[in-house]
Amino acid sequence: MTSSNNTAQSVELTTTEKVAFSLKKRHRKERNFRWAGKLAVSFGFLLVVILLTDIFLKARPAFHQNWVTIEIDYRAEWLGVDSAEAVAQGEGNYRSVLRKSLYQMFPEVKNRRAKRELAKIVSTNAEFAIQDFLKENPENIGKSTQVRVRLDDDIDSYLKDEPELGSIGPRINERQAKWIQRLVEDGRVEKLWNTEFFSNGDSRDPELAGVKGALTGTLLTMLVTLILSFPLGVAAALYLEEFAPRNRWTDIIEVNINNLAAVPSIIFGLLGLAVIINMFGLPRSAPLVGGIVLTLMTLPTIIIASRASIKAVPPSIREAALGLGASKMQTAFGHVLPMAMPGILTGTIIGMAQALGETAPLLMIGMVAFIVDVPGGVTDAATVLPVQIYLWADSPERAFLAKTSAAILVLLSFLLVMNSCAALLRKKFEKN
Amino acid sequence: MSSSTLIFAILFLALFSYWFGIQKAVKVAGGLGKVKHLASLPRQFGMLTGFWCGIPALLVLLIWSVFEANVVESLLISTLPEQVQNLPGSELGLYLNDIKVMAGSGIVSLDGLADDKLVTAQAVNYYIQTNQNASWLKTALIIVIALASVAYVVSRFSLDFRARNQLESIIRWILMASSAIAVLTTLGIVLSVLFESIQFFSSVPPWEFLFGTQWSPQIAMRSDQVAGSGAFGAVPLFAGTLLITLIAMTISVPVGLMTAIYLSQYASAKMRSFAKPMLEILAGVPTVVYGFFAALTVAPFIRDAGEWMGLSVASESALAAGIVMGVMIIPFVSSLSDDAINAVPTPLKEGSLGMGATPSETIKLVLLPAAIPGIVGAILLAVSRAIGETMIVVMAAGMAANLTANPLESVTTVTVQIVTLLTGDQEFDTPKTLAAFALGLMLFITTLALNIIALKVVRKYREQYD
Repeated sequence: MTSSNNTAQSVELTTTEKVAFSLKKRHRKERNFRWAGKLAVSFGFLLVVILLTDIFLKARPAFHQNWVTIEIDYRAEWLGVDSAEAVAQGEGNYRSVLRKSLYQMFPEVKNRRAKRELAKIVSTNAEFAIQDFLKENPENIGKSTQVRVRLDDDIDSYLKDEPELGSIGPRINERQAKWIQRLVEDGRVEKLWNTEFFSNGDSRDPELAGVKGALTGTLLTMLVTLILSFPLGVAAALYLEEFAPRNRWTDIIEVNINNLAAVPSIIFGLLGLAVIINMFGLPRSAPLVGGIVLTLMTLPTIIIASRASIKAVPPSIREAALGLGASKMQTAFGHVLPMAMPGILTGTIIGMAQALGETAPLLMIGMVAFIVDVPGGVTDAATVLPVQIYLWADSPERAFLAKTSAAILVLLSFLLVMNSCAALLRKKFEKN
Repeated sequence: MSSSTLIFAILFLALFSYWFGIQKAVKVAGGLGKVKHLASLPRQFGMLTGFWCGIPALLVLLIWSVFEANVVESLLISTLPEQVQNLPGSELGLYLNDIKVMAGSGIVSLDGLADDKLVTAQAVNYYIQTNQNASWLKTALIIVIALASVAYVVSRFSLDFRARNQLESIIRWILMASSAIAVLTTLGIVLSVLFESIQFFSSVPPWEFLFGTQWSPQIAMRSDQVAGSGAFGAVPLFAGTLLITLIAMTISVPVGLMTAIYLSQYASAKMRSFAKPMLEILAGVPTVVYGFFAALTVAPFIRDAGEWMGLSVASESALAAGIVMGVMIIPFVSSLSDDAINAVPTPLKEGSLGMGATPSETIKLVLLPAAIPGIVGAILLAVSRAIGETMIVVMAAGMAANLTANPLESVTTVTVQIVTLLTGDQEFDTPKTLAAFALGLMLFITTLALNIIALKVVRKYREQYD
């Protein structure tokens, strides 16, 4: 009854009244829509913030490393040698020296299992550290002295969690916790800046792993990419903008470049594997092959940016040069190219930043191998920073989580620098 | 000399020829003072000589390097005894590989070897010898070619020799060749992927690959092995890719579109100048970082949240990978939609606002319908990017092929399988590795088709207003 009354009433309303009645609803819709927009934008912000803080927080532990000072007894009978020459030649049983010195520090440790656990509280690299120490200070043969060595990564992570001393932790049992407590209370444990992160190659032990190998590999790969992609990209763009006749062939090239820009990067990896490695026989895992693959991938980006930049050079410049008797080639290289250079450089930097973060095609050409040595040339086996991140992210050790995040920070800061350079160049270019 | 030393030698020779060409040109003119009688500048004579020195030599080096390994190998095979030559392809390959490995440690002494070993040892020595000869021949040939072409071009120098015109036509050819690299790349992709796929389809029928629902690419090492049947039905991979793409799109399309609308229609200039670089950060983060974020932050979070609600969530759920992929694509969708919305002529918008429509009504009823082809194009490009994305799914999605539509379960994708099949050491010609190329072919065709359709849609739309 009431509803039929309402409809009857509304029929009698004038258009102005109808609009007035609906205004409230329409304004509410407007507000909601605006809120939806704000929500979407803040969702984006929130994600940027979450992503970056998450990585920062996870990376924090990687910048420090806990060291322990232990009393090493270079007793000749444990060492097996007693002359400085023999030490200099790398002889001597340092594992035994390390173990026995540790047992000496904790005389209450008797059974074999406990002894094994005790030996594990220092890094696997500690025996080499005490060897190096003795090489540098040969006067210590036969004497007992204080040497600083790294703690094992499990203990390192445990201490970085700042636990109540003596309590058990992940992968730390009661016995080990008590030893750590004693070492800390004796003032033997120190937290130092982890500078080795930048000076070591990869390692299976998280406390020793560093990014130097990956950084060098990245540098070599980027060098190859730059040397190949910059001249090729500029030459192609120059040809297409300044010289190419408008015909079928040019159209094909143009369509091709646009399509290549959208081909998934992993496909370029397949191309590298099938053609560059299997057909041309270039070495696997080498920065040379990585650079060639990344060149093919970034070329479209560079060509498209360079073309836009060349197109933006005013025609009056060309006409003036031609009018003064310069040839087309002289006009292009002497006048158009220098004026287009800032834009071309911006495009190149953006292309290189893309290549720097790329991982998938490099997995295909075998740059995922575990490589300890820092590569010395473009044909040595190498890995790059993004692939190193991928490899570390897969490692089960907890300490690698921090290392991975730290490596990500290194990668992101490189990208930040490159993109800021591009932005600065663009700004300068726009002013002119 | 090795190829890289040769390249440097050629470059050095070219530099020297540049200088030599200048000297020669000056001499032809009859002294520094009479250089103006030449038809071109001495510098241009020099550069022409340099190019003549470098280009033929580098081309020969390239061609030589492509064919050297094959020619040496067939020479080696022709010296082997008949019964070795008649071995099936893979065994012959192994035999040759042995020879190459042994050749790495130098010439083998033939004294006191048994007959069968003697044949191998002779082959090793022959291989080393041939390689050495080839290397010498290559070096000599290239240096002769470089010097001969310099001598040829210099002999033609005269007062009215048009060095500049010749130089410019050479440079023009170089520029054209550079632009052809894009075509060669596409050709290389198509041919390599197609060639390996055809080999794959000769051992696994195409319909089994396209419609089979079992994917377990392990090939039996022995015929009596239990779990080694090797099934290549790619439907679970396609389904997994589709599922993750779908999740990614449900995140990125609404958020990206709303962001584009808000930033282009509502936000102040100040807000825009702050928000756009923020979004560019999301676009610039490498995919491996997203993969890490997905695998170690989002996936555990979703699993815990699921457990709290009493759901069982796989630790490598499709949801985690999909959400993070969606986040990655947000800036892509928003910047392309932004372009599409901005391309709508302002009179349409002003007309609507002038008739009393609210801004949101104008957007919903005027701007979006007018921009829809551009937005559809943007979404298609985003889908193509999601399908081809590799690192996020390699790190956060599963390895096992599950045919499921449940986003809480673990699925695998085409790209994940390509990576798993091809990383690590492997024989190249097993169906297992060839399957990766067949998957690559599918991926290439799909993304190419999506891109072409997207460009067509966008182009058609542009024609309406121009």
